[in-house]
Amino acid sequence: MISLSDITKTYRMGEVDITVLSGVSLSVQQGELIAIMGPSGSGKSTLMNIIGCLDRPTSGIYRFENREISTLTDDELASVRNNKIGFVFQTFNLLPRFSAIKNVEVPLIYSGVPARQRRERAVPLLNKVGLAERMEHKPTELSGGQQQRVAIARALVNNPPLLLADEPTGNLDSRSGEEILKILTGLNQQGVTIIIVTHDQGVAARCKRVINIKDGQIISDRAAA
Amino acid sequence: MNFFETFQVSFEAILSNKVRSGLTMLGVIIGVMAVILLVSIGEGARVYITKELTGLGTNLLIIQPGKTTASGGFHPPSAGTVRKLTYDDAQALKRRAWLLTDAVPIVLGTGRIKYTNLGRDVMIIGVTPEFQRVRNLFIDSGSYVTQGDVDSKFKVVVLGTKVKEELFGDQNPLGKVVMLSDVRYRVVGVMRKKGTSLGMDVDDVVYVPVTSGQELFDTDALFEIIASTPHAEDVDKTIAQIKDILIKRHAHREDFTIQTQGAILSTMNTILGVLTAVLGGIAGISLLVGGIGIMNIMLVSVRERTREIGIRKALGARNRDIMAQFMIEAMTLSGAGGIIGILIGVGLALVIPLFVTVLPTSVSVWSILMAFFFSGAVGVFFGVYPARKAALQDPIQALRYE
Repeated sequence: MISLSDITKTYRMGEVDITVLSGVSLSVQQGELIAIMGPSGSGKSTLMNIIGCLDRPTSGIYRFENREISTLTDDELASVRNNKIGFVFQTFNLLPRFSAIKNVEVPLIYSGVPARQRRERAVPLLNKVGLAERMEHKPTELSGGQQQRVAIARALVNNPPLLLADEPTGNLDSRSGEEILKILTGLNQQGVTIIIVTHDQGVAARCKRVINIKDGQIISDRAAA
Repeated sequence: MNFFETFQVSFEAILSNKVRSGLTMLGVIIGVMAVILLVSIGEGARVYITKELTGLGTNLLIIQPGKTTASGGFHPPSAGTVRKLTYDDAQALKRRAWLLTDAVPIVLGTGRIKYTNLGRDVMIIGVTPEFQRVRNLFIDSGSYVTQGDVDSKFKVVVLGTKVKEELFGDQNPLGKVVMLSDVRYRVVGVMRKKGTSLGMDVDDVVYVPVTSGQELFDTDALFEIIASTPHAEDVDKTIAQIKDILIKRHAHREDFTIQTQGAILSTMNTILGVLTAVLGGIAGISLLVGGIGIMNIMLVSVRERTREIGIRKALGARNRDIMAQFMIEAMTLSGAGGIIGILIGVGLALVIPLFVTVLPTSVSVWSILMAFFFSGAVGVFFGVYPARKAALQDPIQALRYE
């Protein structure tokens, strides 16, 4: 489904180029559950951004469902993000002024789904993540775990084949984190490909495949025991 | 993402920050209001003057001594070796220019009118009976200057309302003798109240027969001859006829100027048009300032919502979706400000004349349309930069923004 070959990413900081990723090659099959691990500054977030089509590699080839990504325009990338990828962030990143259900509907707004159908699609997803009673609540009225569940519902609303989670449990207490992990592994069992960036060994232990990154390079890529 | 949706998003953003949105709009409100109000004051002046000038009687021709080369407008009678216009000129015009209905010779001067121990400086107008008709004047009691008075140079005077009130109070002035510049004149009539016309108080004047007026001022020259023709389309022919007659009488020299009501009107219109434009321009500056206020607040808004922009982009918003969101926000602010400004401006323009009678106003549709168009344009112009800034945010940077 995804293949990265020899991806590098360099940023220019004043006079010097900083290489964040150097020669990363990776391929992901449909239905995988992968943990990407590495210390901070290792380049795992940058890798995540490139996989998530938020950023373009400096060189190398990134194919998503056999489509070359690095040549796409901004608008085409936006469309890929909208239809093919669901994001779950460490800090939830819900729109604070909107109710839970409105937040879930946001991606559908950008794919041109009419208002009534948006609601029809958002409601069952919020039910699925156990927030049937809290649909009209604003993010500030929800606990961290609840907010992250809204974010997962939002990530799933366009039925994307790929879910990217960046430290999804990083801001949660262990019980809420466990619930979120259960939801994610459950989704994976239903066929959604999931990539989780984490430095929590416990999270990585739940994944079928663990990729370790250090200094912009993959140092290990193995199936979990 | 359709327009209505974007509008809704923008509207929610505006409502979520009521005080700030209100203050931002206030800039536009004041600007639009000022444009409407000042333009309607300028327009009001124009309408007022047009009405006053046409109220003097239409198709008027004013013949003044002295030749000026420019056409139209007010010209001071030029000094120098100019043959005067005389009472006989007027008579000749009346007799021979058949396109004219009237040719009223006029002398003008000031003098002191005295009755018993009361005195007053007034404008003295020497006229013939036709003056009453060409200037739409009405008699309150007694009679106006008659042809007999003119022919016999009778020393009779018709008083303006104000003069009558000042000198006689509630007394009946008819038949009384007053001193006009130390000459005895008998009061034969009192005018009906007319009020100010073009800044001149037409109730503060006295009328005498033009012939005795000439004696009073010791001159045989006229100030001007007012002629009128019944049909507007005959004005050009009438002018030719007047010229023909007067040039023959003036030793074949065109030493007089004929002004038409239309020419005076168009000059005044030009002057007042410029005045209105200047007023509108000054008000436009405040609209501009309001626009800068919008830009300022939109920049703050974009910065504050950097994270929101990042989230929206991550969820699939294209650059143009973000751009549209902020553009519509800016345009809603300026548009709503524009509408409120129009309402207040029109309201004030309608109310002010009730309290300040010297300020006639006239609300013109074009000034409303223009003010609305401009406030919209201000929204677009000052919204583009912040909206572009928002749209071109790097989603990763925006997501990290705290």
